[in-house]
Amino acid sequence: MTGQIVQFGIDALSLGSLYALMALGLVIVYGILKLVNFAYGELVMVTGYTLFLLNGSPLPWLVMALVAVIIAILTGISTELVAFKPVREKSVTAVLITSFAFSTLLQNFVLLFISPRARQVPLPDIFTQTVELAGVIVPLRNLLTIACAFIMLGLFSWALKKTVLGIALRAAASQFRMARMLGVPANLIITTAFAISGLFAGVVGILWLGRIGSVVPGIGLEPLLVAFIATVIGGMRSLQGAVVGGFLLAFVDVSLNYLLPQHLLQFRDAFTFSFVILFLLMKPDGLIPGPASGERT
Amino acid sequence: MLNRQSVLTFFLLIVPILLLPGAVGIMDQRFMQRIATVLCINLILVLGLQVFMGNSGILSFAHIGFMGIGAYTSAVLAMPVRMKSMALPDLYSCLATIELSPILAILIGALVAGLVAALVSYPLMRLSDAAAVITSFALLVVIHTIMVHWSALTNGPRTLFGLKSATNLYLAAGSAVVMVALALFFKESRAGVLLRAVRDDEIAAVGMGAHLSRLRWYGFILSALMAGFAGGLWAHFITSFSPNAFYLKETFVILGMLIIGGSLTVSGAVFGTFAVTIAYELLRFTESSINIAQLFPKPVVGLTEVVLACAMIATLILKPGGIMGAREIGHWNIFRKFFPDKNV
Repeated sequence: MTGQIVQFGIDALSLGSLYALMALGLVIVYGILKLVNFAYGELVMVTGYTLFLLNGSPLPWLVMALVAVIIAILTGISTELVAFKPVREKSVTAVLITSFAFSTLLQNFVLLFISPRARQVPLPDIFTQTVELAGVIVPLRNLLTIACAFIMLGLFSWALKKTVLGIALRAAASQFRMARMLGVPANLIITTAFAISGLFAGVVGILWLGRIGSVVPGIGLEPLLVAFIATVIGGMRSLQGAVVGGFLLAFVDVSLNYLLPQHLLQFRDAFTFSFVILFLLMKPDGLIPGPASGERT
Repeated sequence: MLNRQSVLTFFLLIVPILLLPGAVGIMDQRFMQRIATVLCINLILVLGLQVFMGNSGILSFAHIGFMGIGAYTSAVLAMPVRMKSMALPDLYSCLATIELSPILAILIGALVAGLVAALVSYPLMRLSDAAAVITSFALLVVIHTIMVHWSALTNGPRTLFGLKSATNLYLAAGSAVVMVALALFFKESRAGVLLRAVRDDEIAAVGMGAHLSRLRWYGFILSALMAGFAGGLWAHFITSFSPNAFYLKETFVILGMLIIGGSLTVSGAVFGTFAVTIAYELLRFTESSINIAQLFPKPVVGLTEVVLACAMIATLILKPGGIMGAREIGHWNIFRKFFPDKNV
């Protein structure tokens, strides 16, 4: 019984860490610009394909992972330049569509230049090893995910509170126009937000690939959906909300894994998303509504 | 009621649709027939999306999901009984013995899609902006998951086969004409005008008594009905399909047509569908010529999507309202001169 509880706890916690990081990467952009980035999932894809292309190079794995994350950050910044900056002043729908188009663009570049088929990515042994914890066999990558998430969340919240850029980011998230009037450079803040978003997506991408081991052009859809749903549950504008939403969504997912009978398990996503729709009926603003301002640029 | 300009718009818009059978008849080629029929079906889908998106200003991703519901419903109802035992061996016994005429099945498919939309969407209509888009995206995923896994009805992720071909170009073009009328009629109806008022100034319109979520709901149901109808037509044209036909790739194409043409007007929907179809077929021809000539070591895939994506981004940057802008074709000054509006 304790074994089951430990197993459940670690499953939920590691999945939750992953979901929380994904949601945070999405909400950092939404919080400032009030814009949803549909190309967010493709950052995970870019990370995967960078790892694949670096496969066989003499670099140690950690350097390859670092390069992959940097490429994800650069892709995040280029998303801003291509899909957001030219239409920033126009309607919300226009930006949604340009980012959706940009995501299709990236996917089809991969189809065009690499392959539609799945590609193996190089992974160190640590992702396949297991350890025994309180009588349960736990994959080491789950513990790694939890550790990674807590380090990143800690660093991120420290940076938001203590550094000048972090304070400027928070100011821009709550009152963008006022922050600009007080001398916060808008373009720098927006680019930083996209870079941080790329950083989170890159790290999530590596951990995600550690779970599945290969990369396909459509890999970004699931992380994107998870991030969407977690932010909607948590409250679209609050960073804490995104983290809480991520953990809650993982808790629901893992519980359904344990509770649902086999023939219903394949409908798990439908159950999860129906739960989200029902949840929104009761709390349209999410768990933690965040600052009340809705204005952008 | 429809004013003179709207009637004029209707007649101008159906001209290209009516020309299609004639043009194809002259060329008399099977693949032209296919392109023209798919164009008409896509046109119905784009018009359906325009009904909701153009009037409410909210982007809906769930549209193609309703197309899928219409397609599968009509397929299950109209499939010949002896094919059912092969294509859908686990079908519920009450459905296994039914064989309706395809037209009736397509209409029922549209009604089922509309009904599902009516039941699911009412609560979602309270949401605006990003939250509305994300939940419609979630709805598409829910519908897709159900289509992939409800094997008894859909044959799961595998291809469903065994339908009789029932849709021809004349049926598709005729339906498209009716749908143009329907979209224009909704636009000028009381609900349509109020819905646009809510879109333009939510606080003022609601303050004057417009019921926001109910208005959006009407638009959404009509849009789902049209998508379901298009799905049924498509199913009986293509005759074998799998759930992946109703997912993001198709969503992207339909959305691209509407955005490039202009989502604010019915004229934009018609223009966008024609323009994108022609461009798409030319690109696909180029792509397959490149592959046949083996200019590159690998087959080229995805080129059409790349170009369409660039065209969408360019349209939104240069002309955010789409190529047709905000006015229906019948309202253009050039026509105003010849057909002065007595009501104004």
